[in-house]
Amino acid sequence: MHDILIEKKILAENGAIAGANRRAFIERGVYVINMVSSPGAGKTSLIEQMAPLLLEALDAFAVVVGDLEGDLDAVRIAGHGVPVKQITTGRACHLDAHDIAHALQWALDQNTRLLIIENVGNMVCPAEYDLGEDMMVTVLSVAEGDDKPLKYPAIFNTSGALVINKIDLAPYTDFDIGRARRNALAINPVLQIFETSCRTGEGIKEFCAFLAAKALALRREADTNR
Amino acid sequence: MHEMGIASSLLKIIKREMKRSKLKKLKKVRVKIGELTAVEPEALRFCFETSIMDTDLDGAILEIEDVPLTGECVDCGTKFRFQHFVSLCPACGGKKIEKLTGTELDLVSIEAV
Repeated sequence: MHDILIEKKILAENGAIAGANRRAFIERGVYVINMVSSPGAGKTSLIEQMAPLLLEALDAFAVVVGDLEGDLDAVRIAGHGVPVKQITTGRACHLDAHDIAHALQWALDQNTRLLIIENVGNMVCPAEYDLGEDMMVTVLSVAEGDDKPLKYPAIFNTSGALVINKIDLAPYTDFDIGRARRNALAINPVLQIFETSCRTGEGIKEFCAFLAAKALALRREADTNR
Repeated sequence: MHEMGIASSLLKIIKREMKRSKLKKLKKVRVKIGELTAVEPEALRFCFETSIMDTDLDGAILEIEDVPLTGECVDCGTKFRFQHFVSLCPACGGKKIEKLTGTELDLVSIEAV
């Protein structure tokens, strides 16, 4: 009988590919966000609303969309003049670093400063799969519960920013934005929180400014190191 | 449900290791799963057992160690276990917390002949 000590991360392979993705993106000055949420929280609508502002602020940004099936989201985003790459995951409930590695050259060819990866709608699995992003952004809509951060701590813990979306609906729900903020900050005290509505446009500008500043800072750094 | 993907990553590492060490029969696998991971231990066990059924690895036992989420306060140095995942020092109320354990998703060791 052999007892063999291995002591290895089970997702080490994903981690290694994610690391290579991250290095490639950083070297080219591309800021990458991994956008996650439950299905229907409004990720695609948010990107549609952000498109004109980000195009103005950054000249170029691109989107990779992960879905189980179909290209409905990609078509919507492409309608705003944004380069989009669709990844159909089939049965997989999340994107992994390998999926992004396949899209990497396409993304670099877009000469973009910001890449938004719209993950598959799911609040559990994406938490474990590093894609090589600079920041994970969780979108939570007020049509969901304000206790969600406490129920899905892993994803809120991994995220750098939280977008509370559909705030125009808040008066019609029991969702308490203050409580949602407190719950999210209890799990992750350094989380940056934004409130948005794709219907009224509220908060979109602030969130875009935040992302644009991150992207420009990374680009400056990449230019300095070149 | 991503435990199937995790089980398959786990088995990939194990098969590689067994081949390298010229081992034929897998007896036991020890893994650590941190409290903060989005992995459900029983779902992982189900996926592991389903994946090895009727293969050379059939019959191997998966031993799962659940690792609690613990941290250390950067300000006062208190070490504590998180309650309900809340990132707050119970001693001084500090919010700068270094996680010590609870994020593991590790293959620790295997027993094989």
